[in-house]
Order: sequence, then structure tokens, then C-alpha cells
Amino acid sequence: MSLEFHLPALQVAVPLLLAPVVVLLRPRGLAWAAATVTSLMAFAIAVAMTQGILDGEVYRYAMGGWEAPYGIGLRVDRFSALVLLLVTGASSLGLLAGKQSIDRSIGTRRQPLFYAAWLLVVAGLAGILVSADAFNIFVFMEISSLASYVVVAGGTDRRALPAVFKYLIMGTIGATFYLIGVGLIYMMTGTLNLADMAMRIHEVSEQRPILVAAGFITVGLALKAAVFPLHVWLPNAYTYAPHAVSAFLAACATKVSLYVLLRFDFVVFQPNLLGHDFQFAAFLMPLAVLAILVGSTVAMFESNIKRLLGYSSVAQIGYIMLGASLVSLTGLSAGLLHIFNHALAKGTLFLAVMALAMRFGQLDLASLGGAARRMPWTMSAFVVGALSLIGVPGTAGFISKWYLVTAAFAEGPLGYFLIAVIVVGSLMAVVYSWRIVEATWFAEEVRANPVTAETATGEAPTAMLAVVWLAALTNIYFGLFTALPRALAEGAAGALIAGVP
Amino acid sequence: MEFLGMYHYWVFAVLLMIGFYAVVAKVNLVKKLIGLSIFQAAVFLLYITMGKVSGGTAPILPDDAPAQLVSNPLPQVLILTAIVVGISTTALGLGIVVRIKEEYGSIEESDIQEIDRP
Repeated sequence: MSLEFHLPALQVAVPLLLAPVVVLLRPRGLAWAAATVTSLMAFAIAVAMTQGILDGEVYRYAMGGWEAPYGIGLRVDRFSALVLLLVTGASSLGLLAGKQSIDRSIGTRRQPLFYAAWLLVVAGLAGILVSADAFNIFVFMEISSLASYVVVAGGTDRRALPAVFKYLIMGTIGATFYLIGVGLIYMMTGTLNLADMAMRIHEVSEQRPILVAAGFITVGLALKAAVFPLHVWLPNAYTYAPHAVSAFLAACATKVSLYVLLRFDFVVFQPNLLGHDFQFAAFLMPLAVLAILVGSTVAMFESNIKRLLGYSSVAQIGYIMLGASLVSLTGLSAGLLHIFNHALAKGTLFLAVMALAMRFGQLDLASLGGAARRMPWTMSAFVVGALSLIGVPGTAGFISKWYLVTAAFAEGPLGYFLIAVIVVGSLMAVVYSWRIVEATWFAEEVRANPVTAETATGEAPTAMLAVVWLAALTNIYFGLFTALPRALAEGAAGALIAGVP
Repeated sequence: MEFLGMYHYWVFAVLLMIGFYAVVAKVNLVKKLIGLSIFQAAVFLLYITMGKVSGGTAPILPDDAPAQLVSNPLPQVLILTAIVVGISTTALGLGIVVRIKEEYGSIEESDIQEIDRP
């Protein structure tokens, strides 16, 4: 058996097994190096699998040699590959750029533990994405959540603690709801394998436990994915987390829950439950519209940059759900593309904020006056990310917005309303991005906000800046050369609409 | 009769709601965690009761024994994993509460909000 055969298992095993090793690396800097190398290895595995998948392969793996209905199966297709690239890529960029920032907010003694928890987040998220088994998804979901509570609370800001507590309570309720739903389906079908479930649920689809299960699973995962109005844990958790953690989690954590939500719904429920597509759309479309409008409005009035970006994330999750709730091929493609493109934009923005925080202690707009004149490179990268978030042509964000508008256009009168929502949402994104640009580029310089005396001037460290710009350039690259995300998203959407498990 | 036949679902639903109520309504962070534990325990009971076959014994099948009715062992195995997850969550939650007490000097949600208000 070649190495390629084992790639799906290695994707999880590499970070999972190296995490305890990282705990042992006490000498300064070594834990960071090991974590970064591990994360890059995971990224390389994801890239290798993506290449295979673009050649038309679907990776299947039976853990321990036990075949699917009895054993636990792993399965990697286009949808998984799309999100795997994001998870491992965001983790790698966050670690590569984040060394100095993490050094500053986490004591040397606790650093090995912090990096181990970070790798467990990667392993958990990757585990969700490769798993083809509903219960296994729950276990990995809890591994990634528990580890992410640790990394979010790892910093020096004490306000992170109540934020994490709320995140823990809501995250656990979401995961438990999912567990109830899976239990009810298991009761009716006797299987936990998603493909088996899709086949057997047909015979019992009229029965009430299945409907209840669909409700529990949708609400539980919507909670984990911060779909409006279940988003209240997200802004504070992102705001008070260490900056590198914000960049990593904002790019991919909620997307993985959306992945489970969409996969479960389109594989198990849509093809088998009568009228489920209508229920799905009627439940999620209003929430998506509200998320876009309310999230953007709050962002327009928020003064802390990180919290502003957090509320913007709530709005962007709305766009993804809006695309999915159209239950059409273009709509779903738009949603999946936006998962990819929003991760690029938000990752870039949070990385730029991390660079900004190297020189500024307070991150509210009033104390960042004239920051761009001191840090032009950082803030230029921020502007690129903001343009992508708004959806300006030539950046990645434009592609998914264009798909979304095209999909909405095909829906008739309702579609025109949705297009209006999308346009208004984008204009609001212009407003809240402009508030940051105005404060940092054009406002009076504020002198009273250095982190320490000697770091009061100058740009962020060069290594960090290079990574921030790498992230910014991916926004432009994927805005001009769209073949990779489009191939993955359209292929994945086609498979989901057809109900291929 | 039907009510009594389904009583284990009622136990599940009532426990679930008691736990959920505590999580939502209590201001004390430790009480919230207790509620969360009850909430999770309810789900454990749902899984365990669903695997029970009335009249069934433990699923141990010696080669020479005649075929007999057994309960489904899989839900119990699943819930063993979920119990471990639940304990880890409670432990981490309590750890965070200890840190909150150190930093804020209180574990009442209302106090913490008051302290953090700018």
C-alpha cells in the first residue's frame, strides 16, 4: 500500500500524534517550530489530496481495515478538500506569522501546552472533515471545540475568560443537540455511517423521530456555526482571543460546522424527506437575510476593530447560508465558494490586525488614528483584505458575490429582494471597512497608544509582514485565477445536490 | 398506557429541560455547569434506553449456547465516549470558573458584566 492510500488517516493522525510531542519541547522556540512544521505537513497532505481529487479520485479509507458498515470509514471528496485546505492553510499562516505575537501574550512556560492545544484544534477540525461517520464527527467536533476553548482563553486579556465560558456553554449545547439528532436517527435506522443512513432513512422518513432529528441537528450545528441569532458567543470569543488564534479560528472554525450542516442536510435529509428542501429554505433564508443586515449594522457602529470584524463574520456566514438556502446548483456553489473566499479575506484582515497589535496596545478606532502612516505595509494588506470582503472585482470576494447574485437572479421576484439584500450588505461592508481605513489613514495621529516605549514606531516585524502579504496576495490571486476554488466548489455542490454521500 | 410505555422518553425530555433551564436561567457559573451536566446526562439516558431490548440479556454469546435475545451494545459503547467528552467539558468549564474567580473575584455572571463595563 502506498503512502497516498493512507493520506486521509494521516491528515488527522499527524497533528493528533505530534501534539503530545510538542508538550515536551520545553526549550524556547522549539515548540513553535515543531507546531509550524506539523501544520505545514498537514497542509501538504491536504494539497496532495486536493490534487488527487481534482484528477477525479475520491479517497476512501477503512480505519483498521474494518469495512464501512461495521468499521469507521473516512472519506475525502471535493467539499472536504475545499475546507481542509482552509483549515490547514489558516493554521500554517497563523503559526508562521504569529510567533512574536504569541510570545508576547503567552508566557514561555505555557507555550508548549498552547501549541499542543493548537495542533489538537487542527486535528479535530481535520477529523470532522475526513470522517464519514456521524458519531465520529461528534467526537472530533468536541476534540476541536475543547482545544479551541483552551487556545482562546490562552492570552493575557482576562475578558477572554467569560467569553470562553459562554463559548463553552453554547458550543456544548450545540454539540449535544447534534448528538440527540444522531441518536434519534440511529434509533430509526440502526446505522451511523452517513452513506448507509441516506439509504435506510428512506423507509422511515415519514416517522416523527426523523423530523425531530433533522430539527435538532440543524439547530445544533447552526449554533456551532454561529448562524444568526445563535451567534452571540462569536464576537467576544474572537475579540479577546490571542491575535494569532483569532486569525486561525475566524478563517475556518465556523466553516467546518457549516460543512457538517450542509453535508448532513444534503446527503441524508434532502433526498429522502418530503418537502425538506422547502423547510430548509424557509427556516434558513430569513435567518441568513437577518444575519447579513443585523451583523453588518452592528459592525457599522462597533468601535473595537476585532469585534467589528467578528460581527462582519456573522454577516458573511449569512451570505453562505443564503447561497445554500436557495437549494440550487448555482446557489450552493456560491455558498461553498464564499466559504473559501471569506476565509481568505477574514484571515488576511485578522492577520493584519495581529501585525497592528504588535505596535498598538488598544485596538479601538479612536486610538488607532494615523496608524497607517506608521505602518503603511500592514494597513495596505488590510485594505486588500477589506476590498475582498466587500467584493470588489479583481479580488476573491467578487467571485462568490457574483455567483450569489447570479443564483438569486434565477429565483424570480424573491431573488430580486435577495439581490437587494446582498447589495445593501456589501454597501454596509464598504461603510464599516471605510471607518477603519479613515481612522488609520486619514485621522489625526494618536501618540498615546504604544505597547511599549521602544516599539512605538515603525512597521511590524518583517517576517510577520511577509506572511500577512502572502495572505493578501492569495485574495488577489484567487480573484483572477478562479479555476481551483470553482472546480472544488462546483464539483462539491453538484455532488451535494445529487445527494451523493 | 401509551404514556407509561414511553416513560423513558419522558425522563429524557424532563431531565433535558431541567438542565437547559439551569443553563439559561442561573447566573452562578458553577450552577450553569451543573445544568450542563444534567443536560448531557439526559442524552446519555436516551442512548442507553434505546439499546435495551425487553427481555434481552447482555450480548455475550458462547459458541455452544442457544440463540438468545440480547440488548444492543453499540449505544452503550457510543455513550461511553460521550461520557468522557462530557467529563472533559465539565472539567475545562470548572477550570475556567476557577480562573474567572482569580481574575474577577466573583463567579456571578451579573458581577462579571458589571466589572467589565467600561
